[in-house]
Amino acid sequence: MPDWPILTAITFLPLAGAVFILAIGGTDEIAARNARFVALWTTFITFFVSLLIWAYFDASTAEFQFVEKHDWFGGKLSYHMGVDGISMLFVILTTFLMPICILASWESITERVKEYMIAFLVLETLMIGVFCALDLVLFYLFFEGGLIPMFLIIGVWGGKNRVYASFKFFLFTLLGSLLMLLAIMAMYWHSGTIANLCTADELARGITSCPTTDIKTLINDVDFPVNMQSWLWFAFLASFAVKLPMWPVHTWLPDAHVEAPTAGSVVLAAILLKMGGYGFLRFSIPMFPLASEAYAPLIFTLSVLAIVYTSLVALAQEDIKKLIAYSSVAHMGFVTIGLYTFTSQGIEGGIFQMLSHGIVSAALFLCVGVIYDRMHTREIAAYGGLVNRMPIYAFCFMVFTLANLGLPGTSGFVGEFLTLLSVFRVNSWVAFFATTGVVLSAAYSLWLYRRVIYGTLEKASLKSITDMNLREIGFIAPLVILTIFFGFYPSVLLDVMAVSVKKLVTDYQGALAAAEHLNQLAQR
Amino acid sequence: MYSAIVFLPLIGSLIAGFFGRFVGARASEIITSAFVLISALLSWVAFVRVGLFNETDQVQIFRWISSGSLDVSWSLRIDTLTAVMLVVVNTISGLVHVYSIGYMTHDPHRPRFFAYLSLFTFAMLILVTSDNFLQLFFGWEGVGLCSYLLIGFWYHKPSANAAAIKAFIVNRVGDFGFALGIFAIFFVFGTVEFDAVFAAAPDQVGKTILFLGQELDVLTVICLLLFMGAMGKSAQFLLHTWLPDAMEGPTPVSALIHAATMVTAGIFMVARLSPLFELSETALFVVTLVGATTAVFAATIGLVQNDIKRVIAYSTCSQLGYMFVALGIGAYSVAIFHLFTHAFFKALLFLGSGSVIHAMSDEQDIQKMGGLRKLIPYTWATMLIGTLALTGFPFTAGFFSKDAIIEAAYAAHSGIGMYAFYATVVAAFLTSFYSWRLMLLTFHGRSRAGPETLAKVHESPLEMLIPLVILALGSLGAGILFKDLFIGEAYDTFWSGSLFAAASNEILEKMHHVPVAVVIMPTIMMAGGFLLAILMYKLAPGLPATFARMFRPIYLFLLNKWYFDELYDFLFTRPAKRLGRLLWKVGDGTIIDGIGPDGIAARVIDITNRVVRLQSGYVYHYAFAMLIGVAVIITAFMFWDLWSGGMK
Repeated sequence: MPDWPILTAITFLPLAGAVFILAIGGTDEIAARNARFVALWTTFITFFVSLLIWAYFDASTAEFQFVEKHDWFGGKLSYHMGVDGISMLFVILTTFLMPICILASWESITERVKEYMIAFLVLETLMIGVFCALDLVLFYLFFEGGLIPMFLIIGVWGGKNRVYASFKFFLFTLLGSLLMLLAIMAMYWHSGTIANLCTADELARGITSCPTTDIKTLINDVDFPVNMQSWLWFAFLASFAVKLPMWPVHTWLPDAHVEAPTAGSVVLAAILLKMGGYGFLRFSIPMFPLASEAYAPLIFTLSVLAIVYTSLVALAQEDIKKLIAYSSVAHMGFVTIGLYTFTSQGIEGGIFQMLSHGIVSAALFLCVGVIYDRMHTREIAAYGGLVNRMPIYAFCFMVFTLANLGLPGTSGFVGEFLTLLSVFRVNSWVAFFATTGVVLSAAYSLWLYRRVIYGTLEKASLKSITDMNLREIGFIAPLVILTIFFGFYPSVLLDVMAVSVKKLVTDYQGALAAAEHLNQLAQR
Repeated sequence: MYSAIVFLPLIGSLIAGFFGRFVGARASEIITSAFVLISALLSWVAFVRVGLFNETDQVQIFRWISSGSLDVSWSLRIDTLTAVMLVVVNTISGLVHVYSIGYMTHDPHRPRFFAYLSLFTFAMLILVTSDNFLQLFFGWEGVGLCSYLLIGFWYHKPSANAAAIKAFIVNRVGDFGFALGIFAIFFVFGTVEFDAVFAAAPDQVGKTILFLGQELDVLTVICLLLFMGAMGKSAQFLLHTWLPDAMEGPTPVSALIHAATMVTAGIFMVARLSPLFELSETALFVVTLVGATTAVFAATIGLVQNDIKRVIAYSTCSQLGYMFVALGIGAYSVAIFHLFTHAFFKALLFLGSGSVIHAMSDEQDIQKMGGLRKLIPYTWATMLIGTLALTGFPFTAGFFSKDAIIEAAYAAHSGIGMYAFYATVVAAFLTSFYSWRLMLLTFHGRSRAGPETLAKVHESPLEMLIPLVILALGSLGAGILFKDLFIGEAYDTFWSGSLFAAASNEILEKMHHVPVAVVIMPTIMMAGGFLLAILMYKLAPGLPATFARMFRPIYLFLLNKWYFDELYDFLFTRPAKRLGRLLWKVGDGTIIDGIGPDGIAARVIDITNRVVRLQSGYVYHYAFAMLIGVAVIITAFMFWDLWSGGMK
């Protein structure tokens, strides 16, 4: 394991890149070109450095690794970073997708290129930070901070209705984050009432209240009372449900996607949504196990509604991006179902589904971007017969369509299958309704494909459309390969997360058993 | 060797698919065909080794999914049942590949076509060699995908696109049940490996499971859910609507996928899972019921169709029904035997009809044919053999396998058995009638085609005729040669446990002791159907039209395929779209957004207006706002800290 602070390095490398771009001078043309290259190199280097984490990662332990801890604000907060088998994969997903985003914006962004690249690099820093932070306040800063560059990306470089979309995005997320902030404060206060959090040194000095926002401590050493768990759980839910998004707070997503530039959609779908799921894994389930257990039926209901409802809505869409956005909501329904089964398969399935969706939805949005750049419309009806002139594009789009409908042999299958497999155990109704999503996803995905790609090329505007160029193939090909590779050999990812997930499940069961035990004592 | 059998077609497919443009169409054709033919030869070797010398085998490839207690590997399971399927799949596929070289000559997308064909073959091989439910499901969906790609091969045809999507989605409806079945299996048995599940299955007899709020018999629930998948793939009653439409694909595809191999996946699955199905009487009852009903139902539609391929498609549907009848009454080997013989003569009929279509400049309506016997004599002769085999003419392939099913149904001596018996006997009559109708209208009488078409009629090239001849030989000999192995004396040594039959299951024994009347019944039906066809289409050609007029409602009912498409459109397709629209506009738009963001936004609209300036680029305002927010949070924390310190 390297002895330099590798997590800090990858978190702040993009920020350094952003500062560098800020300093770039010269005429607009040259500045824009330089900004692009700086951004590309920064994201590439960040990705390669992050691969070191994977290389040195020890998958046999559930402990946090690459830990860095420094006192902050007089020791009351801490700059505490670290990754386990769950968060590490999200970090890699983020660093992997960023160079792709930069490449995808290469030609389509011509206005305010410098600012655009800065926004993306800052966003990357914040996103990596979210997955590495082991302190609640630090987490909160990264988590909410990410809102701002995203808000700007939609609001400045977005489409016609960008203002409406960015405000809708902002309003929804704001509501959630306020509640989460309250919850964080409450958790801080509560931890102050627990005696054993103080070190021997502190006790010797007569200090008996040592409140903390340290995530590791809160998970392992702090038990919240049942009633408190409930409202804390709901406060966190408010934030994560909006992010993920869950039904019925999903309506910001289609609008945000439609207005966002291609790379914005990619980040939004592939990474920002995953913060919600990650939040459940890092906070809700390990910190509030009793509340999680109690409200799992609520999650199941909302998830099943999301799957059926948004799949049906997807059938009715006329805008390619909206269709994919709605299908994202349906796919996130599988994630929440999986996580709240509290079984290894379910949680691993949920995580896998998030990672797979990170690749597949990103790829689908990139595909939309490819034709949007040529035709400047996302209207399904404006296309048709693209296969005649764009065979490579048609092939790539087919792979992602198949992954989106969960065909075995693509990454989309594994997560869906594992979550459904595990929820059948818990509740066959949930499994039954969620599985209808399998039929519906086939319907909307194939129908979209047919209307865009198949048929004769009749529209005059499409007659001269060209197939993907080398740059486009360059950023889509890796996604094609990974989609298929993870479908046949998902163990690469499953093995990394297995031990951490196992600990999550064991701790959860332990907490339930302890509560049960206390109940029995109380009754006696 | 087994890995070679399975993976050669995949390699061929990848070469043709990715490098077809560079190596050329001819090379793609030769590479894929050669690889599949090698596979076919090896399959026969495997057949001898496994079937006759009982050298079963298992090949581990690598781990697939391992999560918690679920552990699934890619592996090949080679037993007699698999060997039979390997032979069927690879032989037919090899012949279809060769045939397609001739049939697709004028198509500009041949590399893609051959890539799909080989990919299909690979998926089918994975399906039949699977050792666990998950790999079975992979192959299952894989063949579904290839079927989708091949039906929609001519992507410029809207009807082909529609048919392709329909096929995939109807199959997905079946797979919905299949998937739930797998979940139930993992829930009950804690594993998805065949051997482990089969070994534990007897312990589950009589136990119940809570499924959708009901306490139901475990094995019945599992079997019926899985059977739903089989119904979809094998186009059984209610889930059959996709198969006739699938004829939009090129004809070799119809022969390979929609007649000889993929649609028999359902039969294979039930036979493979005989250790489960055998333990649930209810499940077997349903299998028989669905099979028997389909056998008659599909045959009635076949009576009046005029598209040469659709007639044969309905015939396939009906014959698959026969196979399910055999499975349902516990005569698993009889079902597989019929699968085996049917593959030959049904592939033959399809390829023959392809040859006809090829000769007739893509005309498919048999009302516009006639008199082709002299013009394309080889096609006629081979189709004749196919028809004889299908209708069960003595000593052809169908005679042994189909009649065995009818006898077995009678020998079952149960209520459902008798229903199946009568259904299959009636279907035998109908089959004979529509088959001969097809032959007479196509090849005999005076030609009804236009002079231009007629002038261009030509016999097909050798690469098309040779597969026809080989299949014709199979249609003649497959029954008599393999009868003993599949359902006769050599039953035990041949199958050696790859099919399971409960101790009380004596159907194979009993079917040898049915009354003579029952034994000759199918032959009488065949003759009857033949005579009626001769009467209506040769002796009294005005009769069909008269009948159609006299029984117009019935005629229309059959012609419109019992109105299933219209019914489903009314029940599912249109409501789903309408509901989707409603949820979108009213659910998301009026209700959620109306109460949520739009309600709030309406009040802050002036703020919005003011902020419009922001999107013109005052990035710093945001950063500033952000910084202030952060500062406030941190200050708050520090103050609380002081405060709490003061309390101590």
